[in-house]
Amino acid sequence: MSAPNSDYDPVEVTPLHPDEVARVTREALEAVAAASTLADLKQARLDHAGDRSPLALANREIGALPPQARKEAGQRIGQARGEVNRAVAARTEELEAVESAAQLAAETVDVTLPVDREVVGARHPITTIQELVGDIFVAMGWEVAEGPEVEAEWLNFDAMNLGPDHPARTMQDTFWVAAEDDAPEGSGKVLRTHTSPVQARSMLTRTPPIYVVCPGRVYRTDEADATHMPVFHQVEGLAIDEGLSMAHLKGTLDHFAQAVYGDGMTTRFRPSYFPFTEPSAEVDLLCYVCHNDPAQVGSCRTCGGEGWIEWGGCGVVNPRVLVACGVDPERYSGFAFGMGLDRTVTSRYDIADLRDLWDGDVRFTEPFGVGL
Amino acid sequence: MRVPVEWLRTLVDLPAEVTTEQLADRLTMYDLKLEEIIGGGISGPLTVGRVLAISPEQQKNGKTINWCRVDVGAQNEASVPDAPGEDVPSRGIVCGAHNFAVGDLVVVSLPGTFLPELGFEIGSRKTYGHVSDGMICSTTELGLPDDETSAAGILVLEPGSAEPGDSATELLGLADQTLDLEVNPDRAYALSLRGVARDTALAFDLPFSDPADAVTLPVGEGGYPVRVEDPEGCPVFTTVVVTGIDPTRTAPDWMVRRITQAGMRSISLTVDISNYVMLELGQPNHCYDRAKVSGDIVVRRAAAGETVTTLDDVKRTLTPEDLVIVDDSGIIGLAGVMGGASTEIGPETTDVVVEAAFWDPVTIFRGERRHKLPSEAAKRYERGVDPALTLAGAARVAELLAELGGGTVEPGATHVGAVPASVPVSFAVDLPTRISGVDITPDFARDVFERNGCAVQVDGETFTVTPPTWRFDLNDPYDFVEEALRSAGYDTVPSVLPTPTGGRGLSRNQVLRRRVGHVLAGAGLTEVTTLPFVGPADLDRLGLPADDERRRQVLLANPLSAEEPGLTTTLLVGLLRAASLNVSRGHDVVEITEIGRVFLPSPDAAAAPIYGVDRRPTPEEIAALDAALPYQPQHVGAVLVGERERSGWDGPGRAVAWSDAVAIARRVAGTLHVEVQVRAAQVAPFHPGRCAELVLADGSVVGHAGELHPAVAAEHGLPGRVGVLEIDLDQLLAASPAIGPKPSFSAFPVAKEDLAFLVATEVEAEALRSTLAGASELIESVRLFDVYTGDQVPEGQRSLAFSLRLRAPDRTLTDADIKAARDAAVQAAATHHSATLR
Repeated sequence: MSAPNSDYDPVEVTPLHPDEVARVTREALEAVAAASTLADLKQARLDHAGDRSPLALANREIGALPPQARKEAGQRIGQARGEVNRAVAARTEELEAVESAAQLAAETVDVTLPVDREVVGARHPITTIQELVGDIFVAMGWEVAEGPEVEAEWLNFDAMNLGPDHPARTMQDTFWVAAEDDAPEGSGKVLRTHTSPVQARSMLTRTPPIYVVCPGRVYRTDEADATHMPVFHQVEGLAIDEGLSMAHLKGTLDHFAQAVYGDGMTTRFRPSYFPFTEPSAEVDLLCYVCHNDPAQVGSCRTCGGEGWIEWGGCGVVNPRVLVACGVDPERYSGFAFGMGLDRTVTSRYDIADLRDLWDGDVRFTEPFGVGL
Repeated sequence: MRVPVEWLRTLVDLPAEVTTEQLADRLTMYDLKLEEIIGGGISGPLTVGRVLAISPEQQKNGKTINWCRVDVGAQNEASVPDAPGEDVPSRGIVCGAHNFAVGDLVVVSLPGTFLPELGFEIGSRKTYGHVSDGMICSTTELGLPDDETSAAGILVLEPGSAEPGDSATELLGLADQTLDLEVNPDRAYALSLRGVARDTALAFDLPFSDPADAVTLPVGEGGYPVRVEDPEGCPVFTTVVVTGIDPTRTAPDWMVRRITQAGMRSISLTVDISNYVMLELGQPNHCYDRAKVSGDIVVRRAAAGETVTTLDDVKRTLTPEDLVIVDDSGIIGLAGVMGGASTEIGPETTDVVVEAAFWDPVTIFRGERRHKLPSEAAKRYERGVDPALTLAGAARVAELLAELGGGTVEPGATHVGAVPASVPVSFAVDLPTRISGVDITPDFARDVFERNGCAVQVDGETFTVTPPTWRFDLNDPYDFVEEALRSAGYDTVPSVLPTPTGGRGLSRNQVLRRRVGHVLAGAGLTEVTTLPFVGPADLDRLGLPADDERRRQVLLANPLSAEEPGLTTTLLVGLLRAASLNVSRGHDVVEITEIGRVFLPSPDAAAAPIYGVDRRPTPEEIAALDAALPYQPQHVGAVLVGERERSGWDGPGRAVAWSDAVAIARRVAGTLHVEVQVRAAQVAPFHPGRCAELVLADGSVVGHAGELHPAVAAEHGLPGRVGVLEIDLDQLLAASPAIGPKPSFSAFPVAKEDLAFLVATEVEAEALRSTLAGASELIESVRLFDVYTGDQVPEGQRSLAFSLRLRAPDRTLTDADIKAARDAAVQAAATHHSATLR
């Protein structure tokens, strides 16, 4: 660095001359503007704003000036350097954006390439529908009850007012558990023919008011074919409280129908017979496809032109069932209902063969994903 | 129950404008549910014709058709020059069938006839080179029941039974409609025209007169001598005798038609009358050939080993529970179920003993089941036949035998026993309203009860109702509620949503099971449901040793298949079956799971007790029921076949390995916050060197995961290495803590140390890992990242490399802290596992 040279007239120091400063500044700005890559810009910055650039060198000369001249020269050089630095910064930003965009453009991929390497799971619709039904009733303040599938004969039949000589007992083709060696009269055990023994278990283990649904597997000795399986699924509902009537049964089933099939759904009762309910009814569901609309019902395949779909059986709990399960029929009344879940699934999803539910072909379950 | 509408209309005065469909709809709402309407629907000129000439013509397709000239009386065209034979007034018809001849009477559907079986109107059309002016009909096309004679095709009428030009619709009763009604077990009375007519009158608010009341009852003693030795089994027994019947007579057309429409076959006049009265009044009855009965008719229980040959020519061995009818010659009938062959009505029978009885329903029910002998009579007796009807029933049979068979009803009847008294039932007058939810006034209810045949007393707010003798279903107050509601209309029940107070939501186990289901799906597994029926061969295929607990099955008394006599003890049978099916259908990747029950007999299984139903069982009795049941835990199982990760453009595939099954098992346990340790095990059907048992903190084994034994995989046709797992989900749920692990972490910086050890091959990685993890409080986690054998690793050893993360809860670690922790880890590995730092 030069020593201060007080003998010089500042105007005689060429690098600090305003015209000279303006010229190198202009050159610097032109070089910055001309840089088309970050590398060019770096060179331009070194050339015009670096340690050995004219402005940097000029800056060093300031110290050599007489004190009275330093202020003005300093301002001039400082403004020039600031102007150049700002130009470099701005151009850097511009070029970085350009180069970044180019970089990203170069990274473009074919987004239609398959991304299927991970095995995707799915839940069986019968599982999901049981959960759906459970959720609907839980939302109404009910609980979900469970029971064993190998069940005591007494709970499956007797407690349900199906005594050993009841004609209705033969209506249900029952799987009997083989008798133990020391029990010639039979094992007293069956594969439950309906979810109704869970009603009995609920009454035996809870105190009224009782509001429970019990989805689960049940068994009948039907050979497997497109419309029959020896194992299928039902959901049973039981309500025991003071003052319950058929009207509460109807209200519950209407609500259930609406929750599953949407607003405007309704049900209708037809008289029927079940030993465990009195009065008993068959419940039909308004066809959820044609809604019994006269314009559509004739050609509706879902209900076969009936406008209604058989949904299940129901009724007021027979007081004999209450007595056998320790509920005081003078104080409490109740209602019960039951319906098959397999057909609910097959009819909703146009599944022609019930065996598809049981074969385990992954193509059956996969489309359902984890929900219906 | 098939109810010919024409017959029903003779018993109840239904307005003519009520259609069969309307009738069926009303009856359905009266608990007589329509199955189907049979018959009717034929319209147009369905005519009797006589075949005048037949010209068989061979066609190009090899078929021979018959070009016929048929005389259809008033429906004839004046001339059909093209038809075979002499050109007399007639019609020309092409027919493909061959079971008729010139001169036969046939049924012709002339153009304009609509046959529902075909679903279209017959027209005149050109076929096989002729204009066929109608169609000669088969039984099937007419909607008539097929029997052995009709199977041949064209219906050929009896010679002389009609004239050409007669309406075949009328002749065959084809315009008649029959209701096929589903009669529930409680409505035994509706297995008769009498009962259906009563309900029809009720449903249409019409007066009803009981056809039983129209029968002239015999007066005084007479009939045939009877001794009832078992009045409990046979409370009432009636006989009437008819003599001098002309055995050549057959039942008139109207009776045959009604019987046929009701679903029974016409046999002979006597049998037809017997069946007719059963259908009409609901009273099953039996006619004995009087000449073949010797001595008194006696009703008693059979002795063990006694035999009888029933009308179906089957010799049956009896038990002391069987109720039999005997004479001096021995057993002549199985009471209420079927008559015996020895006294059967024959072609020479002129004198008959008509029997009408009331049998104990339970005795009949058991006898019918025991002998596997369902009959129309037994179907009615087991549900309950009006016990007050025997005299009218027998008299009605006798009356018809006299009227139609030319016989003489001998005066008087034998009438043994007494009609059991109906038991009155009392209940509050507002009970029907309270239980049905429909506003049913006491006056309305009373009217309904009375029209159903009940005697009603009202005492203040209480009804006392005595049911009629034919109602076996009116025993409890609620039975009367149903009766009142049936008339008020099930469609009037209002819809009221009950408001339970505060359910507790799903149970914890229900929530956890759903969580497991979601985690399994998230792990890429597809859920299946499989049938639980398995047999020894299935368990053999799993390679289970002879003494394996899972070979002890809950067996069924009546399995569907002898190969699958019991319930499964492991989900793997069903899962492997499903995997096989998928592979056989060409799926390369089959990763399936099931949550379901297995059935494990309890070691000291006893028969489950049967209790009465007049009270709640005691807690001890309930416990005894549960103790008799097998253990039925829910398991979770999975089978993995193919690739766990598929090959793709961005990387190679990864085949399923034993470790995938273990990872899934750990994930299931993890989602339940259950700590499980794994250790090596040897259990079928796993690969003996690649099976991990999952151990709970208390030491109990909760399941297994690993690789399927290659031999078992091959047996099931599964390619490659197959991952399998099965866990007792109930046990795992029970181990799930109510409150899961608490989050706890330090914000101070971490120090990372990687350590590789040389260690004997037998040392389990998990053992070394947990030793390292416990070596210093500063060790936050230890994760194995490499396993190596080969160059520079001595024989019998392997290199296990671990990443350690060190951290203190309260300070930044110093170099000295880190060194101390590292040294502690190395030292512990050396001490416990003779591991040396590599």
